[in-house]
Amino acid sequence: MIENLELILPEIFVSLAIMLFLIIGVYKKNSSSLVYYLSTVSLLVLFALLFNYYSLSESSLFNESYKIDKLATFMKLLTAVSGIFVMLTSSKYIQLNKIDKIEYPILILSSILGMMVMISSNDLIVFYMGLELQSLALYVLASFNRDNIFSTESGLKYFVLSALSSGLLLYGCSLIYGFAESTNFNVIINNTNSANYGLTFGIVFILVGLAFKISAVPFHMWAPDVYQGSPTSVTLFFAILPKIAALTVFIRFLYVPFANMNDQWQIIIVFLSIGSMLFGAVAAIGQRNLKRLVAYSSIGHMGYALAGLSTSTNEGIQSSIIYMTIYLIMNLAFFSCLFMLRRNESYYENIEDLSGLSKNHPILSFSLLVILFSLAGIPPLAGFFAKFYIFMAVIEESMYFLAIVGLLSTVISAFYYLRIIKVIYFDPDMDKYDTNHHFGLKFTLAITTIFILIYFIYPRGLTDLISKIIII
Amino acid sequence: MNFPIISSLILLPTIGALFIFFTRPSSKKYQSSKYVALFISLANFLLSLYLWYIFDKSNVDFQFVENREWLSGFINYKVGIDGISILFILLTTFIVPICIISVNATVTNKLKNFLIAILLMETMMIGVFCSLDLVVFYLFFEAGLIPMFLIIGIWGGERRVYSAFKFFLYTLLGSVLMLIAIISIYWITGTTDVVKLYEIGIDPKYQKLLWLAFFSSFAVKTPMWPVHTWLPDAHVEAPTAGSVLLAAILLKMAGYGFIRFSLGLFPIASEYFIPLIYFLSLIAIIYTSLVALMQEDMKKLIAYSSVAHMGFVTLGIFTMTQQGIEGSIIQMISHGLVSAALFLSVGVLYERMHTRMINKYSGLVLIMPKYAIVLMVFTLGSIGLPGTSGFVGEFLILMGAFKKNFLVATIASLGVILGAAYMLWLYKRVIFGNLINEDLKKLIDLKKIEILVFSSLVFPILFFGFYPEPLINSVETSVINLIDMYNFNINNNLVLKK
Repeated sequence: MIENLELILPEIFVSLAIMLFLIIGVYKKNSSSLVYYLSTVSLLVLFALLFNYYSLSESSLFNESYKIDKLATFMKLLTAVSGIFVMLTSSKYIQLNKIDKIEYPILILSSILGMMVMISSNDLIVFYMGLELQSLALYVLASFNRDNIFSTESGLKYFVLSALSSGLLLYGCSLIYGFAESTNFNVIINNTNSANYGLTFGIVFILVGLAFKISAVPFHMWAPDVYQGSPTSVTLFFAILPKIAALTVFIRFLYVPFANMNDQWQIIIVFLSIGSMLFGAVAAIGQRNLKRLVAYSSIGHMGYALAGLSTSTNEGIQSSIIYMTIYLIMNLAFFSCLFMLRRNESYYENIEDLSGLSKNHPILSFSLLVILFSLAGIPPLAGFFAKFYIFMAVIEESMYFLAIVGLLSTVISAFYYLRIIKVIYFDPDMDKYDTNHHFGLKFTLAITTIFILIYFIYPRGLTDLISKIIII
Repeated sequence: MNFPIISSLILLPTIGALFIFFTRPSSKKYQSSKYVALFISLANFLLSLYLWYIFDKSNVDFQFVENREWLSGFINYKVGIDGISILFILLTTFIVPICIISVNATVTNKLKNFLIAILLMETMMIGVFCSLDLVVFYLFFEAGLIPMFLIIGIWGGERRVYSAFKFFLYTLLGSVLMLIAIISIYWITGTTDVVKLYEIGIDPKYQKLLWLAFFSSFAVKTPMWPVHTWLPDAHVEAPTAGSVLLAAILLKMAGYGFIRFSLGLFPIASEYFIPLIYFLSLIAIIYTSLVALMQEDMKKLIAYSSVAHMGFVTLGIFTMTQQGIEGSIIQMISHGLVSAALFLSVGVLYERMHTRMINKYSGLVLIMPKYAIVLMVFTLGSIGLPGTSGFVGEFLILMGAFKKNFLVATIASLGVILGAAYMLWLYKRVIFGNLINEDLKKLIDLKKIEILVFSSLVFPILFFGFYPEPLINSVETSVINLIDMYNFNINNNLVLKK
């Protein structure tokens, strides 16, 4: 056991980094920007550490309760990359909003640590531990701007509802332990059969808890308020990282211990998926706040990712992972644009604030144009390919109803993306925004937009990487 | 032949657009971006003429095929042309420079971005006409929405936002079903390569649903009655160059799609749905002609006439006769030229008077004699008078229709008369009569550049009217091959059923 500890070197590294930064924070005054800087660097190091693991063969630790395989490593890489970009884009934002405390980067790191544990977990208890570490950090982050009543509200709301869902999840875990006689995924799979209703109940409870974490309909109510109330930098974090982790757990949970019971859970996933796609498309139409709109649109996007998961094929799982990757890139790009809407040290986040942006900020508007068309899934941008892979997998399994609903909600959601484009390009212009953005923000926006724009030239780069992830 | 001539055709406008984007200043007075765009599009036109010249008209197969691996393992970037697509490519590369020349006065702000949008449109349109893979086709087909949405929305008239949204959502809704069908075809047959699909065919039991899915996309784009309502709105609000692109080329994508995909891939379903197409085409021909009669806005009138003309095209395609399909292709080319010319003519008036209402004009012949002559040619071309290219198309279509169904052909012929009625009435009201409006006296006749544009359109309309041989010559082999393949499939299926 001990000789395998090098496999969890990245996790150990992050834990040590967190403790070190806490000590620095305690003993050195005004060290918040130093800690922020160091955390970004440590995420880079984490990325570098993880990079080697992608070529390793599958292995597990601690009585098979912790698994290092391609899926885990890839998702951890995604987490690390998004963490780096989140830190890069939001440094100025947290300074101007006076939330640049030392706890901020430390909380982000601890929640990333929690996610890494979740991603690698092969045991219900390990999984729950990671989930709680992640969630507790997120509760604090949501209410980090404590003088702002909306931020406090969102933190409290997220805490109460999330605690409820964690409770349900834990209840599901205990049911499964009761009926399958183990908490380890590899043991559970040998003790499952579809006729066992206790297990089905357990699965349902766990799926409810997970659906809450990725804000799938009908467990989405918290998302719009939390997205809107939290500081934008935290919203960006919310929109990406917990979803990567939760989706991985979804994959692992459905396809390792309960792969034999897919007749039981498939219908649930299809329902979650259809509900999310339709609701996300329809409910976003009336929104005027961009962060709230992103909340609804991310509900919709999660619906597409789940559609890929419902297929019970490797292609389906891979398409979900591709979707998630492209989704997080699009969200990073979109939030970078939000961070650029700054005038006189305050940030703007309503759709009207974009009015006539194209006259004064042609490059920013062009990026938004690309990002929004990509979110709407119009070819030849990356967002189209994300959806294309999903529908390839879904139609392979002859799930035409799901495909048709999905594509129709694409058309509905195109409407609200178009409306933003309309405001940017067709409406009269307003005052200029500041243009002196820091390098990290510009870099992120440039890199993500270029990725979205030229993805179609060489789509194999991403698919070849992900096609190595084989679950079933 | 190793030089990738088709990819060059597709990519050249994009390269031009990138060049303009990065190097040209966006100040209003500085016009160099226009010359760059014009140069690029003319070069593309010459390239496509060269392609037409070296194209082997007697060869049945697709030529200049390029095949590159794209999405690993299953979808390739495959382009190539046959006798049908070469004509549409020529039409596209011919119309785009004309659009760019005419852009001057109608688009005052952000000229640079407008040119970029038009060049990107050209890439997408050429791509549609020569893609030999369904996914690649879909990509080009849909990607064209983005620049067109912006062209209507940014540079359009008063109700531009409504029209742009309507255009975008209608077309998107139609084509998502096509995407499902394309993916289904992949899982049914294992390929989306059109050439391979022609060879192996698609199981008849799936064909009807797939046909309907493709139809939903093409019917919106054609547009056929009753999903034609986006077209008048889009035309009226789009700037002149946008209307020209829309009428001359975008509508032809659907007609091309019907020939290439509906007929080629789903022959049995096509046979089954012939009555539906006849019915919708006849309604389009008669009903929209009547609607056109009642229009007071010139652009709207021409837009409705486009719907009627496209009704002829769909009718001709689904006669499944050599005359009918050839007639449809020629009608599409001719309509591309004539409608472009008509929209440009309206643009000329709108530039001077800032109104498109018919009742604001009369007696223009007294002031603008050159304009009156030019418009006369275009009106007659739209009516399909012998000696113009419109005649050849309509005549062949009706010939094909009479072969198949006498009643349908008779009703369609009525449409020709109605077409003459609304166009001549429009001409009479605008050109003849007294000068009722004082403002009209200040009008100036066509400028030199406008004469150049219009004469370059008059020439092919008359030339192909008297001598359609080059057009028929290049499509004939491909059309005969298509019909042979079609009949072979139908007969095979009958044998199988027995």
